[in-house]
Amino acid sequence: MLKTFKLGGVHPTENKLSADKKIEELPIPKTVFIPVAQHIGAPATPVVKRGDEVKVGQIIAKSSSFVSTNIHSSVSGKVKKVDFSADSSGYSKQGVFIDVAGDEWLEEINRSEELVKDFDLEGRQIVQKIQESGIVGLGGATFPTHVKLVPPKGMKAEMLLINGVECEPYLTSDHRLMLEKPDEILVGTQILMKAMNVEKAAIGIENNKTDAIKLLSEKVKNYKGISVVALKVQYPQGGEKQLINAVTGKEVPSGGLPIAVGAVVSNVGTAFAVYEAIQKNKPLFERVVTITGKGLEKPSNFLTRVGTPTTDLVEAAGGLPENTGKVISGGPMMGRAVASLNIPVTKGTSGILLMQKEESQRKESISCIRCGRCATTCPMGLEPFLLMTLGEKQIFDRAEEEKVMDCIECGSCSYTCPSNRPLLDYIRYGKGKVGQIIRSRKK
Amino acid sequence: MSITIVYTIATLSVIGTSAAVILFFVAQKFKVHEDPRIDEVEEALPSANCGGCGYAGCRAFAEACVKAETLSDLNCPVGGNETMNDVASLLGLEAVKKDPRVAYIRCNGTCDNRPKTSNFDGATTCAISASVYSGESDCEYGCLGHGDCVNSCEFDAIDLRAEMGVPLILDDKCVACGACVEACPKNLIELRKKFPKNRKIVVSCMNEAKGGVARKACSVACIGCGKCEKECKFDAITIKNNLAFIDSDKCKLCRKCVSVCPTNAITELNFPPRKIKVEDKKECSTT
Repeated sequence: MLKTFKLGGVHPTENKLSADKKIEELPIPKTVFIPVAQHIGAPATPVVKRGDEVKVGQIIAKSSSFVSTNIHSSVSGKVKKVDFSADSSGYSKQGVFIDVAGDEWLEEINRSEELVKDFDLEGRQIVQKIQESGIVGLGGATFPTHVKLVPPKGMKAEMLLINGVECEPYLTSDHRLMLEKPDEILVGTQILMKAMNVEKAAIGIENNKTDAIKLLSEKVKNYKGISVVALKVQYPQGGEKQLINAVTGKEVPSGGLPIAVGAVVSNVGTAFAVYEAIQKNKPLFERVVTITGKGLEKPSNFLTRVGTPTTDLVEAAGGLPENTGKVISGGPMMGRAVASLNIPVTKGTSGILLMQKEESQRKESISCIRCGRCATTCPMGLEPFLLMTLGEKQIFDRAEEEKVMDCIECGSCSYTCPSNRPLLDYIRYGKGKVGQIIRSRKK
Repeated sequence: MSITIVYTIATLSVIGTSAAVILFFVAQKFKVHEDPRIDEVEEALPSANCGGCGYAGCRAFAEACVKAETLSDLNCPVGGNETMNDVASLLGLEAVKKDPRVAYIRCNGTCDNRPKTSNFDGATTCAISASVYSGESDCEYGCLGHGDCVNSCEFDAIDLRAEMGVPLILDDKCVACGACVEACPKNLIELRKKFPKNRKIVVSCMNEAKGGVARKACSVACIGCGKCEKECKFDAITIKNNLAFIDSDKCKLCRKCVSVCPTNAITELNFPPRKIKVEDKKECSTT
């Protein structure tokens, strides 16, 4: 019997179209737009100006506070301007435009493919190096990794969990990374273990990636303290709290952080980025992005420089199919539809999904029939039908009592609703408002 | 048999009398002294309970009026000066005359002016749409058109105009309570001075992007060129963040700014059609 999390969950059609496509390097784009806010927390402050020559890996925006991180240039060339441009939400965000010329990397970056296993940095030095290298959680939430590694006072990490679940349908970037860079991920895991001063680490992988489970189980024999845990396929297992519950059986208390039960969760992509930063001196400026969709000619996994326009990815995968209904940044469950294809790939872009018209359109929403399916599928044990009504009627104090802030926005409720009600839309709205109220109370 | 009836009546009378005595003393002890003028003032108010005065309903406003020493900070936008005069005479205070106001949606991004570049198919409220993304056009400041303002209006003063994409405020019904100002997630609605015959000169745009970007998104966007600011003799126009703003308290409705605006971002409403200039006519006749 395979492990999984205790409460709720759904199992959407997997549609992993690009699972057997090797990671290819995407050609370097002609121009890039690198936003200075690609992470949760304060935006970084640009340190380059128009006309500056930059090299690959050079810092172009410095972090301005602890919960923030550096942004590095992903290309070499000339800074065209530092200006505002629309991001995936359509709102203008500050960023650096660079005209690409050649591909000149900073000399200190080790570009060889050779595996470097040994490292002799102290925990604190590792955290500092991670902070400088601009590493954020690559699962999609983009929380600065160095913040996670420093537990709040009075708390101690006992275990590191590496998230190789990739429970979102369609996405395969983590899967491919595990198959192609297993040793690098494991060394990265060891570095993270050292940084947190823990002895134990587990890699959670869903059972639809048997090849990755087999390969990593073989490889971990050479690494002390790391184990591989195969998990039953169930969405949203990749959620931090669900993964902890599935692997350790522990439950993160309401409103608490994973560290409350002694766990820290990092994505396999993050572990790989940590390896590259520590062993190869390479900051985070490129990532694996899945480009996929049923109508697409060549669903693929591309190693993509941050700032690359989405159009380049779409072109490389065979062009925009005719009956595309929606373009989604991320997976179909938690990803967001984008307003334009001119938006750049950022550190948080795990995939670009081109949905066909018939697949993407929402069905007409009708009245709630009180079937209770949303409540049984909610992995956080909430009552989505109630939270939706509270959001709709703007009864925010009650929504707070009903723990709307515990919602992880996985969308299982909307997915399962037989009346096609826009549950998550209203819950997310209520969550935003309650968040504002809580913040204003703290002041 | 009859003695039972007598006993019953006697017992009930004793209980009734003693309860009455207790109630009398309790009522004396816990008597709430309330200014009778509060009721009178409340009577004079429109009982719309819209909250436009800033208080939680007409009763709360009446209490505030009775407590206040001057009425200068208190205003019932629904009743206007007339109601405030009544309130003032009831309380023996002086009413401060206030210009009536009217709400205006500062966006003219109708379907013709502002092409759609994407479609939103989530829950149709502006608040949700605005929290998810910038909107269906390339203008991230403009009206979303889902009608949160329409739903917030207690006076049926806003017409959704779904076919146009931007709602319209009906000046004769609007009481300037400000509910729509709060409801609009894009902060497009402004309470402006109400001129006779509902005339207005307004910059119908809130786009703070640079001129080129704004113009690309919408053909009637304000590009912040500053021509109107130079033209205005009354210092009513200010430019901030690439956007012109006409202060309705300073505006004299001269309409000079309207003709210099290169993008027609300044709207004139309810004016008679312009006369053709006499000089132009002369030129025509001579040539």
